[in-house]
Amino acid sequence: MGLRSQAERNLASHLERELRKLECTVSYNSSPCSFRGKGRNNRGSTVVLLIEMEKGNGCCFSAMTSNPTILVLVTIITVILTRVLYIMYQSGKPLHNTAPQSVSTLIVLGGHTAEMLNLLSMLQKDRFTPRFYIAAATDNMSLQKAHLMEKSLVDMVFFEVVKGKVVLAAETGGEALESAQFMQIYRSREVGQSYITSVVTTIIAIAHALWIMIKIRPQVILCNGPGTCLPLCVIAFLFKVVGIRWSSTFYVESIARVRRLSLSGLLLYKLHMADQFFVQWPQLQKKYPRAHYVGCLM
Amino acid sequence: MGDSDDGIKSERTVFVTVGTTCFDALVKAVDTQEFKKELSARGYTHLLIQMGRGSYFPKKSTGEDGSLVVDYFIFSSSIADNLRSASLVISHAGSGSIFETLRLRKPLIVVVNEDLMDNHQSELAEELAERKHLFCAHPQTLFQTVASMNLESLLPYHPGDAAPVAKLINRFLGFPDD
Repeated sequence: MGLRSQAERNLASHLERELRKLECTVSYNSSPCSFRGKGRNNRGSTVVLLIEMEKGNGCCFSAMTSNPTILVLVTIITVILTRVLYIMYQSGKPLHNTAPQSVSTLIVLGGHTAEMLNLLSMLQKDRFTPRFYIAAATDNMSLQKAHLMEKSLVDMVFFEVVKGKVVLAAETGGEALESAQFMQIYRSREVGQSYITSVVTTIIAIAHALWIMIKIRPQVILCNGPGTCLPLCVIAFLFKVVGIRWSSTFYVESIARVRRLSLSGLLLYKLHMADQFFVQWPQLQKKYPRAHYVGCLM
Repeated sequence: MGDSDDGIKSERTVFVTVGTTCFDALVKAVDTQEFKKELSARGYTHLLIQMGRGSYFPKKSTGEDGSLVVDYFIFSSSIADNLRSASLVISHAGSGSIFETLRLRKPLIVVVNEDLMDNHQSELAEELAERKHLFCAHPQTLFQTVASMNLESLLPYHPGDAAPVAKLINRFLGFPDD
């Protein structure tokens, strides 16, 4: 107190006198605790005084518990975020369980069908079975090419293409046949489609993808570029977050991508949604270090 | 490629393909008198154009007057036969066309379509041109490219294979290595 100057002491006593003139009410329930009042100063004008006290622990606690829904919401969001981050950084770690007999495989076809079929020819068919082929509803060529390839493995494969509807394959012949199913999915966005209508079609595509994924629940998803794969990969990721069927997603960026990733590739890479991300040119591996450089497939 | 005795020229076809795209600029560029004369001068006898969804129709020619025989078609389910019987291929920058041609060891000029938005296709053509597996051009520079090209300088392309990818996938899933 001795260090304070005369001016400061004057100010302090003046403030004390003003305070005593005010009719004050104290509210301990608001946060922060405050007291407010009004009175007249020596010039006759009304002074409204609002003093906010330091938030004591007592004050805060009462404020929080008075809103349990907020507390619950924050907890839930934190848990979900933590789980999502865990899954994102957990993907890419090889599966530790003992080698499976065979894995059900979903193959997403699109603009680079030749590359995908090339990859499939290197995979042992008895390990990757049953196989489900999926292509955009407006893509006629891809399913035909896949069908031709599968035909070399089975006696007869019939499939019916009904525009916009899920297509199933049926086989005839002996019992030791590979099973392959061919399906179509609504495309999120056609080339050149306006972005506004794209939002609607993307939502439809996601709903359709959800239904397909629930039906098949594949252990392996193979895709190589077209946007068709995005709704499927997102659903697979969400399944992981919720704990349903751990699908391993493998993305092979097309050979046509030398210096830049495609949009699908970029999204899957940045969001850690693919378990393994393959690129065919060294320039991309330098730019995206988490990708595996595997050389040209064609 | 047959013998050229008796003055009968062996058939040397230049096959132009635009796939399923619309690439009028390329079809127009190959349909000029100047270009066709250059092809004749280089010993080519036939020009076959697969014009896809373009709206420009080239002029057919029977070549009776000793000029280039010119023919065209819109689309075919497989151009493999056309590629096999060609002596020179001029193609749009689609990766399917490019690798189908390279696998058949045919000399290839890839023409990049500048009218395409987000022309990532040119990346592949440029990279392979840098590695001397093909020549890369634009519709306006096609003539100079043909006039000055040295087919001997092209290096054969050795097809890649998917074995490394398959191996990594198998390992990830826990399957034993073959």
